[in-house]
Amino acid sequence: MRDTFSEELTALAGSDPRIVLLMGDIGNHMFDRFKELYPTRFFNCGIAESNMISVAAGLAMSGFRPFVYTFSAFDVGRPFEQIRVDLAFQNLPVVIIGLGGGLTYSSLGPTHYICEDLAITRALPNMTVVCPADAVETRAAIRAALQREGPVYIRIGKKNEPVIHKTPPNFVIGKGIIIEEGTDICILGTGTILPNVIAAAHHLRESGFKPRVVSFHTIKPLDTILLEKVFSDYPLVVTVEEHSFIGGLGSAVAEWLSDQALPQRGHLMRIGIPDEFLHYAVKQKSALDAYNLSPDKLAEAIHVQYRKLF
Amino acid sequence: MTDSYGILDTQALDQLSRQIRAEIIETAHKTDAMHLGGCLSCVDILVTLYFDCMSVRPEEPAWPDRDRFILSKGHAALALYTVLAHRGFYPLEQVVTFNKEKSLFTEHPVWKNIPGVEATSGSLGHGLGIGSGMALAAKISKKPYRTFVLMSDGECEEGSVWEAALFAPTHHLGNLVAIIDYNKWQACGRSNEIMNLSPLKEKFSAFGWAAYEVDGHDIGAMITLFRSILTSPEQPVAIIAHTLKGKGVSFMEDDNNWHYRVPSVDDVRKAHQELGI
Repeated sequence: MRDTFSEELTALAGSDPRIVLLMGDIGNHMFDRFKELYPTRFFNCGIAESNMISVAAGLAMSGFRPFVYTFSAFDVGRPFEQIRVDLAFQNLPVVIIGLGGGLTYSSLGPTHYICEDLAITRALPNMTVVCPADAVETRAAIRAALQREGPVYIRIGKKNEPVIHKTPPNFVIGKGIIIEEGTDICILGTGTILPNVIAAAHHLRESGFKPRVVSFHTIKPLDTILLEKVFSDYPLVVTVEEHSFIGGLGSAVAEWLSDQALPQRGHLMRIGIPDEFLHYAVKQKSALDAYNLSPDKLAEAIHVQYRKLF
Repeated sequence: MTDSYGILDTQALDQLSRQIRAEIIETAHKTDAMHLGGCLSCVDILVTLYFDCMSVRPEEPAWPDRDRFILSKGHAALALYTVLAHRGFYPLEQVVTFNKEKSLFTEHPVWKNIPGVEATSGSLGHGLGIGSGMALAAKISKKPYRTFVLMSDGECEEGSVWEAALFAPTHHLGNLVAIIDYNKWQACGRSNEIMNLSPLKEKFSAFGWAAYEVDGHDIGAMITLFRSILTSPEQPVAIIAHTLKGKGVSFMEDDNNWHYRVPSVDDVRKAHQELGI
C-alpha cells in the first residue's frame, strides 16, 4: 500500500500542481520518482512531526494540497495538538497518511504500532477518517481525499497486502463497499484486516452460514444509510478492526446504534483490540491471532456468538 | 491602493502606539480581558510592522501577494485587533465586542473570523511552523510575499518552535522573519528562571538564522533594522525584540500581575493620563 500511495501521488502531482509531499524521514527511496519529477514539492521534514503538521497547515492556507507521510504512531501520535488546532479547527485540506496503523509494526515494539489512531482522529470535528482495505482502495482513497475541503486521515498498511478488488470499485468516502453478499450475518471490516474477514467468511460458509462482507473503509463520516439497512436486514452485525475497542469502527457503530429508534434490529458484535499494550516481542500475525483477528479465530468467535444468540 | 504604509514618521508612530495602548487598556477594562501586559509589550512591534514594513491591503485582506503576519503569541489578540483596526481592516468600534458572547473577536485569534488575521493561535508554538509553511508556499510558487511571525519568549520553551527553527534555515526560507517579544516574563514568573532561554539570539544564530537584537519599543530602530535585513533570499531572520511587559504605563511596566489583572476604571484613567490620551 505504501508503494501504491507513492505511485498514485506521483501520478496525481503531474496534473495537480497544488500537491506537496511532506514526509517524516521514513521510506528511503520510496519517493525517488516524486522527487525527481517535482523536486520543489517534496520535503523531508525530518524527525519533527509537530512542525511537519504546522508546515502542512501553512502550505494549505496558501492554496497547496499537502500530503503528510510517516508512521501512524508518529504522525497521529506525536502532533495531536497541531492536527487538532492547525488542521481540524481550521478545516484545512491536508491529507495525513498513517503508515502501518494497527499491529503492522507490533514487532518493532510499543512505540511503533498504534491501535488508537482511529479514535484520536475520529474525535476531531471536520476530520475524515479512511482505512482502505488494499492497494486498490488506497489509490481510490487518495484521489477521493484530494477532492475534500477538510483534513483527511488515511490509515494504510505496509507492503504486499493481498489485493481484494480485481477491478476498481466505486469508491466513495463514507460509503461501504459490499465485497460478498450473504443473508444471515453481516461483517463490516475496515482496513487491512479485510483479507482475514473474507477468509473467515469462507470458513463460516463451510459451516453453513451465509455471511455478507462489507469493506467499511470510512470510519468518519459513517455510512449510516448502510448501517440502517444492515441492522434491519441481519440478525447479527459484526465489526472487525485492527484497532482498540475504544473509539474505532465498533465504537462508532455502537454509538450510532444506541441513538437509533429502529423497531427491530440485529445484534452488534465488535471484534478488535483490547484496551492494553503489548509488552513483549510479537509479530503482527501472531498478535492478530491472539486477539481473535486471524481467519480461524474470527470465524470461530462469530460462530460462537451467533449460536449464543440464536 | 495602499500596500505598505510608510508615510508616518517615527514621532507619529510613537503617538499612534500610545493611542493604541490607551484603547487596549480601555477595552480590557470594558471586556474583563486579561493578558494586558503581553499586549502592551508588543504594540510597538505591531505598529512598526503594519505601518512601515509590511505590504498589506486592508481593503483587500486576501490580496495574494500580501505579507503574512502570524500572531503566534495569540494571547495578545487585543493588541493585534486594535492595530488592524487602525490600519483600516475594519472600524475600531468593532473591537469593543472583544471577548463578548458570540463575538468573532475572540480572546485568542481565529483564522477567517477577522480580516487580517492570518492564522488561529493561542496554543503556543504553532505559529513558526505555520509561518514556515507559508514561506515555503511563497518559494514554491515564486511569490514575493514575506511571512512574519511574532512569538513570546515563554513560547520559545515549546519544542515545536525549535523544530521549526531547524526547518526554516534548512529550506532556505529567507522570506521568513521570526520576532520574539522578549518581555522577560511568562504567566508564573521570569521566563529565564522557568526555562533558561538565554542566550536567545545565539540560539537562533546557532540554528542557522540571521539573528538580531533590537529595542522592541524603539520604532525608529526597528524600522531601520527591518528595512536593512530583509534582503537575504536564503536565510531566515530572527529578531529578538527586548521589551517591557506592560510597556507605557508606569504601574504596569514589568509587573507580572498584569498578565491576568483586569484594569479598573481608576487604572484606565491613570493609564490614559500617563499616555497623554
